[in-house]
Amino acid sequence: MFPREFEYVAPSSLDEALGTLASNPGAKVMSGGMSLIPLMKLRLFSPELVVDIARIDGLDAIEDRGDHIAIGALVRHEETAASPLVQEHAAALASAAAWTGDRQVRARGTTCGAMAHADIAADQPAAALALGATMVAASSGGTREIAAADFFVDTLTSALETNEILTEVRIPKSSASAYDKLGRRGGHTDYAVAGAAASVAMSGGTVSSAGIALTGVGTKPTLAAGSVEAIVGTDGGADAIAGAVARATEGVTVLEDLYGSAEYKAHLAGVYVGRALEQAIAASH
Amino acid sequence: MVLGTNLRFFRHIGVVEARFQLGLNFLMKGEPHMQVSMTVNGQAVSGDVAPRTLLVHYLREDLRLTGTHVGCETSYCGACTVIVDGKAVKSCTMLTAQAEGAEITTIEGLAENGDLHPVQEGFWERHGLQCGFCTPGMILSAVTLLEENADPSEDEIRLGIEGNLCRCTGYHNIVKAIEYAGAKLRGEEPAPAEWEVKA
Ligand SMILES: Cc1cc2nc3c(=O)[nH]c(=O)nc-3n(C[C@H](O)[C@H](O)[C@H](O)COP(=O)(O)OP(=O)(O)OC[C@H]3O[C@@H](n4cnc5c(N)ncnc54)[C@H](O)[C@@H]3O)c2cc1C
Ligand code: FES
Ligand code: FES
Repeated sequence: MFPREFEYVAPSSLDEALGTLASNPGAKVMSGGMSLIPLMKLRLFSPELVVDIARIDGLDAIEDRGDHIAIGALVRHEETAASPLVQEHAAALASAAAWTGDRQVRARGTTCGAMAHADIAADQPAAALALGATMVAASSGGTREIAAADFFVDTLTSALETNEILTEVRIPKSSASAYDKLGRRGGHTDYAVAGAAASVAMSGGTVSSAGIALTGVGTKPTLAAGSVEAIVGTDGGADAIAGAVARATEGVTVLEDLYGSAEYKAHLAGVYVGRALEQAIAASH
Repeated sequence: MVLGTNLRFFRHIGVVEARFQLGLNFLMKGEPHMQVSMTVNGQAVSGDVAPRTLLVHYLREDLRLTGTHVGCETSYCGACTVIVDGKAVKSCTMLTAQAEGAEITTIEGLAENGDLHPVQEGFWERHGLQCGFCTPGMILSAVTLLEENADPSEDEIRLGIEGNLCRCTGYHNIVKAIEYAGAKLRGEEPAPAEWEVKA
């Protein structure tokens, strides 16, 4: 199995890459290739030109920017997972990265690539949503910021234009976040049958704000607005968490797929909202 | 002459094998090619490939290093695992072009001066294989696993090879083989084989 014919370039600067994208509407960005190459091999997708961004300097850092962390386009899943900065300030993202695919996949796939790919069952997008991340997209015309909540549009569709490169994802620091999932192969392995990420801020014994997101249940990683409404303003105790669990899929289209019926997925969404919230609230104490 | 005999005749003179091995290069012959160079098992190599040539095809068909296996071709089984710049990767999910300038180790490059690598020795000593199809990928994954974690627990070993599937062994002896190799690499005496303990 191998892809259809295509041209390949590996520019060494961002400007060069953006210029190539601007002048070639049939071009496709490749970072880790862990989703793009399988799609091309199955011939579900056949770009004319592949622009490999892996040789661009300066996109491979995880930086502490005071109130947020910035994860560059070429940071691999395994680096996100092992980063002390991410573990301390964005624990949900560190877990989501650690549970993305297997070791070989984590050595090549990138956190930004997982965002751009926008798989319905991807792990890191759920963490980005719950943590209120911002995506930074560059094109030859300039740079724009996209809130995570506006970034995941539909199945395998993000808000990125074809001439844009996601250069970094910015994660506001959170001291209390968590992600948990049921992997398709059981445990945490492989894409999520369903999973949830939660981030909370507590003040004076009350949940003052929260972000909660689901993956694997519908057409895209999505915010769980009902659960957020249920938990904010409470003490974050068992009853409050049960309230958030009950409203996990409120307003969310839950779809049946190969891995489970809609009822089962809605149930799992609740289970994982509960587990993620419990862990996040425990971490805030 | 019936067709069966005919085929057997061609196979006999090697035509079928040769065509099969040259298959992809032959197919991509008319396409624009690009120059690639990298280091494979300590040797500098370079060649012309079509951009869609996967690393596994380059290794197997151009370099004739057929120890790297093609299993699922869908990025799941890990039979095609090789070490690229110190990391175990699935060579069916990497373009040859992406490996430009890289240092690659395949199963053929693991033994030194005829001495098996401790992980290879472990698979031999603890019967870590049956048909052997998954073995090269399994071994190369285990090599990088032990580089990252010199003394992994059984759970860590099992999670560490989650990207490699084996349809024969049930994994039990693979785990024992990696434990054996870990002990050897740490300079310790490996635990005796289970069958020796029971005997
Ligand atoms: C065996 C296997 C198991 C997997 N398991 C999981 C799992 O459990 N959970 C999970 O979430 N994912 C899983 N994945 C997918 C994996 O996480 C991919 O790495 C990820 O989805 C894409 O990242 P990438 O860097 O490899 O992107 P690529 O494959 O290079 O690109 C994917 C898509 O994103 C676009 N893109 C990539 N980077 C950028 C950028 N910087 N700017 C603009 N567009 C960009 C590409 O154009 C393409 O459309 C698995 C993949 C495999 C092969
Ligand atoms: S052949 Fe590459 S993962 Fe199966
Ligand atoms: S030994 Fe046969 S697949 Fe592993």
